[in-house]
Amino acid sequence: MLHPFQSTSASKSGGAVIPTALLVIALLVILPFGGLVREALRGSPGLWEHLASTVLPTALLDTAILLAGVGVITTLIGTSAAWLVSAYQFPGRNVLQWALLLPLAVPTYIIAYAYLDILHPVGPVQEAVRWLLGYESPRQFRLPDIRSMPGCILLLGFVLYPYVYIPTRAMFLTQSGNLVDAARTLGVSRRAIFWRVALPLARPAIAVGVSLALMETLNDVGAAEFLGVRTLTVTIYTTWITRTDLPGAAQIALALLTIVVLLVMLERWARQKQSFVTDARRNRPLPLQQTSMLHGLALLLAGTIPVVIGFAAPALYLVKEAWQRYQFAGISPRLFDEAIATLGIAAAATGATILLGLAAAHAIRFNKGRPVSGLFRILMLGYAAPGTVIAIAVLIVLAGADRAIDAALRQWLGVSVGLVFLGSGVAVVYALTVRFLAISAGSIEAGFARIPGSFDQVARTLGHTPSDTFRKIHIPLSKTMISAAAILVFVDCVKELPATLLLRPLNVETFATHLYGEAARGTYEEGSIVALAIVAIGIIPVILLSRVGAKH
Amino acid sequence: MTSRTILQAALMATAAMLPSYAVSAELNLYTTREPALIAPLIEAFTKSSGTKINTIFLKDGLAERVASEGESSPADILMAVDAGNLVDLAEKGVTQPVDSEVLKTAVPEQLRDVNGHWFALSMRARVLYAAKDLDLVSFNYEDLADPKWKGKVCIRSGQHPYNTALFADYIAHHGVEEAEKWLAGVKANLARKAAGGDRDAAKDILGGICDIGIANSYYVGLMKSGAGGPEQEKWAEAIKVILPTFKDGGTQVNISGAAVAKHAPNKAEAIKFLEYLVSDEAQQIYAKANFEYPVKAGAQIDPIIASFGELKIDNKSLAEIVSHRKEASALVDKVGFDN
Repeated sequence: MLHPFQSTSASKSGGAVIPTALLVIALLVILPFGGLVREALRGSPGLWEHLASTVLPTALLDTAILLAGVGVITTLIGTSAAWLVSAYQFPGRNVLQWALLLPLAVPTYIIAYAYLDILHPVGPVQEAVRWLLGYESPRQFRLPDIRSMPGCILLLGFVLYPYVYIPTRAMFLTQSGNLVDAARTLGVSRRAIFWRVALPLARPAIAVGVSLALMETLNDVGAAEFLGVRTLTVTIYTTWITRTDLPGAAQIALALLTIVVLLVMLERWARQKQSFVTDARRNRPLPLQQTSMLHGLALLLAGTIPVVIGFAAPALYLVKEAWQRYQFAGISPRLFDEAIATLGIAAAATGATILLGLAAAHAIRFNKGRPVSGLFRILMLGYAAPGTVIAIAVLIVLAGADRAIDAALRQWLGVSVGLVFLGSGVAVVYALTVRFLAISAGSIEAGFARIPGSFDQVARTLGHTPSDTFRKIHIPLSKTMISAAAILVFVDCVKELPATLLLRPLNVETFATHLYGEAARGTYEEGSIVALAIVAIGIIPVILLSRVGAKH
Repeated sequence: MTSRTILQAALMATAAMLPSYAVSAELNLYTTREPALIAPLIEAFTKSSGTKINTIFLKDGLAERVASEGESSPADILMAVDAGNLVDLAEKGVTQPVDSEVLKTAVPEQLRDVNGHWFALSMRARVLYAAKDLDLVSFNYEDLADPKWKGKVCIRSGQHPYNTALFADYIAHHGVEEAEKWLAGVKANLARKAAGGDRDAAKDILGGICDIGIANSYYVGLMKSGAGGPEQEKWAEAIKVILPTFKDGGTQVNISGAAVAKHAPNKAEAIKFLEYLVSDEAQQIYAKANFEYPVKAGAQIDPIIASFGELKIDNKSLAEIVSHRKEASALVDKVGFDN
């Protein structure tokens, strides 16, 4: 599920009729990138020579190391956790199944600053270590600094592994049962089944999850800033802000986007040959292996580690900080307005994203062919670009539209309407929709793909129009996928920072922008209450998501 | 009624429902200063003038946003930190000149734009945080590259405007080549990655990671006064503050400031607000609530800040420092300061 660039129903059949709805949606997505290209074309003399001779070698290497590291960690944790809860029966398994999703609720910038404090020489962990070892001052003994590449890889790995865990577990749940039975009949051990049957079967799912985690990594700026890792995304920032060179930043952003798209195409191409035909109706979960008490507890312990590192420890830290802050300064009355703004923007963007995702998935369901699936993949572009890049691209395009509308109305009616899009919040919602459409379109389409084509044919024979079929068959049958997509988009919108920050109207503050304001002046502790609120909002959908998965 | 009239009426009705800041008598403030820092000033102004101020906190992209909004922009006042950022606003053409005797009298000449495009409202010094047990009474920025500090220096990212301004000032004093050698020397002395924020320097000194750090002056006030909570008081207790100087100059100082937006719908009110910001009352708030140096002569400095000793502002002008900041940023890349 959820692969932004995956379009399972690309097919050879059918004439290449391009549905209008899909075309319009694709245009909406590509429009901001047009603004970016225009900006890039304004040119930035000397930029690439400077970059090539200075930051580019390090930035490229660092980006590659970071991506490789996060890829390895998320694969290891995500896959083994998924296997653990799918293959073994042990005490606490039911809770662990959904608890493993919890790190999704913690944005990368929050985990970075939480651990910076937890693991600091004056923080609780090192104080305990010194106490145990009998040292008195951090000058005598210190653990290695978290502000490093390994630190960044580990932290990102522990919050991003659910992206791998979710699709891999889904794969283990739905695909392996029959094959594992067959393998067991042949006398293969459980460990060997994992390596020789389950893992190869889950490879596409793992690839999907890892590519999502890597795009999150690439788009992260906050954690990298805290931890001092210089990725290409940071270079985009520096070029734009410190050297006030927006055309140059746009050029780097487009180059980066091209690399991402090429990599994703390569990954698709590599996977094209391996396809496993499974029938959605006859699949059944893996039979769980019973474990002894001791073995079971060991498994529980192993499965709990990622939850503790990726969620429990930072969440507890935030609770403690927020409590101290609350005692010190109370709750700001602004929090209520911020909650409304945060939830309102996220709800509007989720609604728009799901509607467009449904329309696009509908279009591709009834119109096959290369141009259509190519167009569908354009919808995924927003997820492959850093949020800041989308934000600035949307700003260029929508502010231009705002100006034109205002000027026209002033001339024609003599009234000024101000900024229609930026002033009303439409700009934020639009940017978030462009950014997260990949998640909704990708997973809704994947949900549709599991409905056999014969259903459509039967419906047609019975005289139903495509829109009838869509309403009465496709939507009800993929309800779980649609809700899962809605939940993920909603959490992402709550966590999102750069587009909200740049494009929101006057007097509107969300939890994320408030937290950023505090972080920007170094008063993290004042942001701890909102940080906790962001994580708390993130938990609710994660629990819903686990229920959606369970019903599945 | 013709269909054209109906259409016009419908459009007017729609227009009435849209937010129309342009016609209101309120003031619209776009700021890269964090809301909590300016809230006391806004409250005080609203109380005395009755003018409501709408704000939006932006960080990167203030200039782009105002420029993109063009003539339709509701922005009246732009507030920013760092002289370079203020110069950027003027260079991108999103500000307008202001001719106000009040502002000219209150803000010293070297702290405002020659043509009145922006005015400094407060100052901060880039100071040295040193471990308390160090026997250090004075310091030159040049010493940061001294090998005796190897593995003992903490500082945030070299690309942060606070640091590019300091490095640009170094270029102004010693030229690009010397600056490069110096910067490479500082890089070699770093105790940890150039990352995080300014307060981390104090926290890391307490944590034994480093002995000295470069950071802004007002953070000491925020930590020491207890405004940041009890933990930060401990960080501040671990350090003493020295006002470093250039060998042939003084302490590097940066500013926060404001400008009137080019298409400000409420220009007259906007100027009044700026004038308020340099009043004795507002300058006192800057000093008391934010621990900054006021720009107005005679305004009082907070006792914590005053305890650092007398501030001798560097002799290079803001304009000259700003003119070197792109070279400074390029040097940061060149010596791999942030790697």
